[in-house]
Amino acid sequence: MSTAVAESRSNETAPGTGGMPRPARIGLTLAACAFAIVLPLFFDSGGNVMNNLVLAAAYVVMALGLNIIVGFAGLLDLGYVAFFAIGAYTMGYFGSSFHANAGGGEGIHILVSGPVENLPGIHFNFLLVCVMAVIATTIAGMLIGLPTLRLRGDYIAIVTLAFGEIIGRIAINGDEVTAFGTKLTNGRQGITPVDKIDLPGLERFTSLDLRPWFYVALALVFIVLFVNFRLRDSRLGRAWIALREDEVAAASMGIPMVKTKLLAYGTGAAFGGLSGAFLASYLNTVNADQFQFSFSIFILAMVILGGLGSIWGVVLGAIVLSVINNYLIPDVFNSLPADLGLDFDLTELSFGIFGFLLVIMMIIRPEGLIPERRRRMELVEEVGTDEAVFETRMP
Amino acid sequence: MSDGAGDILLEATGITKRFGGLTAVDDVSFAIPNRSIVSIIGPNGAGKTTFFNILTGLYKPTLGRVLFEGRDITAGRPDRIMKLGIARTFQNIRLFGTMSALENVMVGQHSRMHAGLFGSILRTPSVRKEEKLIRERAAEALEYVGLRRRYHDHLAINLSYGDQRRVEIARALASDPKLLLLDEPTAGMNPQETEALTRFMQRLRDERGLAILLIEHDMKVVMGVSEHVTVLDHGEKIAEGRPEEIRTNPQVVEAYLGKQASQETP
Repeated sequence: MSTAVAESRSNETAPGTGGMPRPARIGLTLAACAFAIVLPLFFDSGGNVMNNLVLAAAYVVMALGLNIIVGFAGLLDLGYVAFFAIGAYTMGYFGSSFHANAGGGEGIHILVSGPVENLPGIHFNFLLVCVMAVIATTIAGMLIGLPTLRLRGDYIAIVTLAFGEIIGRIAINGDEVTAFGTKLTNGRQGITPVDKIDLPGLERFTSLDLRPWFYVALALVFIVLFVNFRLRDSRLGRAWIALREDEVAAASMGIPMVKTKLLAYGTGAAFGGLSGAFLASYLNTVNADQFQFSFSIFILAMVILGGLGSIWGVVLGAIVLSVINNYLIPDVFNSLPADLGLDFDLTELSFGIFGFLLVIMMIIRPEGLIPERRRRMELVEEVGTDEAVFETRMP
Repeated sequence: MSDGAGDILLEATGITKRFGGLTAVDDVSFAIPNRSIVSIIGPNGAGKTTFFNILTGLYKPTLGRVLFEGRDITAGRPDRIMKLGIARTFQNIRLFGTMSALENVMVGQHSRMHAGLFGSILRTPSVRKEEKLIRERAAEALEYVGLRRRYHDHLAINLSYGDQRRVEIARALASDPKLLLLDEPTAGMNPQETEALTRFMQRLRDERGLAILLIEHDMKVVMGVSEHVTVLDHGEKIAEGRPEEIRTNPQVVEAYLGKQASQETP
């Protein structure tokens, strides 16, 4: 993993890469990976900290996916929650007893073992569900991409926002729609329980031991990081950035706009789906209340806070917001209003707090926690207008 | 380049473009021979850039047809037209600001590359090789247009105006085009730079066998370098011919070139 990351930086001074010399980058990457791997050993494997680590890793996967769409290709997507939903429902459909009549009441089972084998419903192996979630969300990503192809900027945001809302509404009202003998969704009641991850050679995961969950999530993070780094410094990555900078010039330079944009939507969506399938299994429910507009904003805030287009920045942004949302607000500072003699719950203010943080960020550090090097150079590098350049050097 | 020097590279017939009630280009026909430098001149708003945009696929003409090497490219997609061998620069420089000069030129070679999504993720040997090759070719193109090596990794946005023009031309050249469209390339250049660019265009034609279509306001450049000049006014072609014919064409002198140009005439 880390060697691949290092290799991807073929030119030390290229603007896409970090500002550090190559050995330092390799060292830091290795250290970060090693740190993430040993981290769970210091905490109670069923405790709250572990739970937060798992959630943070899952959010990193989503944020890195959204980073491809918004950060690399510059397509402002406000409906990313749709891909979370589609990934989660894929898990719900193919890894629970939701389709109780499937297989004539006997259930359909593929590559699953243990107690699940005798349950009704459709039960596929988790890896299989992951592949299906990736395919489903890639297609969904491209479908939402199609109507936005002729649009720019704000208008893309509006269409994607609507798409997210549509999926959210379908999730809520799907319990009143019946097709093929089953309901479309289970609405706010949620599909539960969802099969726990069952990997070949390992015991079925449980909700008491969270370490295996974390390592699966971490593996997903590594895969997504790898893909992000590889794509950033590739023909496709350059095409995305070119489109982000100037669509007309990019098209005139031979970049097929439709294909390039759809690849951004598809790739970004796939990671949302992957993370969604994982979270469905981890949270043990696929519940319509999870798929609200605020979740899209939550993920987008991670990308912006970390630094649009900056891979490590987005990782950091996702971890920071995840910890604030799932740990600091509900567990650490939640008693604060009561201590001050006020009568409300701090979690009700979550989005107010995120908004406040974003505003503060925009004032102090608009380029994000770890800015993409391109933007950093754009902001700080002096403009080279020395007159000597205007001599007759055109051959 | 098997075609003879006199063969037609690009032929536009009866091009008309209307934007609502406004006719920006009105029934213009013209041809670009292989290995030639031809110019379009005309006052501001004459429809020159609109015409360019039609040739490169950014606009679809209301009427008319464009043939490139005998192939119909009317209203083709810009990226496909680029791939066939028509590259351009813009009147207001349009570089990718947050990419380095080198990366800009690498983007110019997009249509000549083959790496796909999965190839790029896995970084297969062929992708690796291709990446290395286009990086080298981009550096060569930048040197060919005279951008010093120490500027290659500077962000395009931070380069001087003259260097940005160079990078834009290098980006267009990197795709190895047969026809290069230059939209007012000398705008904002001083006389020496303009002179150098003029010689550069001739060099492109002679060394690389390119045909060049030029939109230009600097009459010295137009008259000095073009083999053929087309004059547009209010979207209509009012004259065409060899530079000396245009220079002495009373209609052009009166309607467009004005007093100053007629004084320049020997």
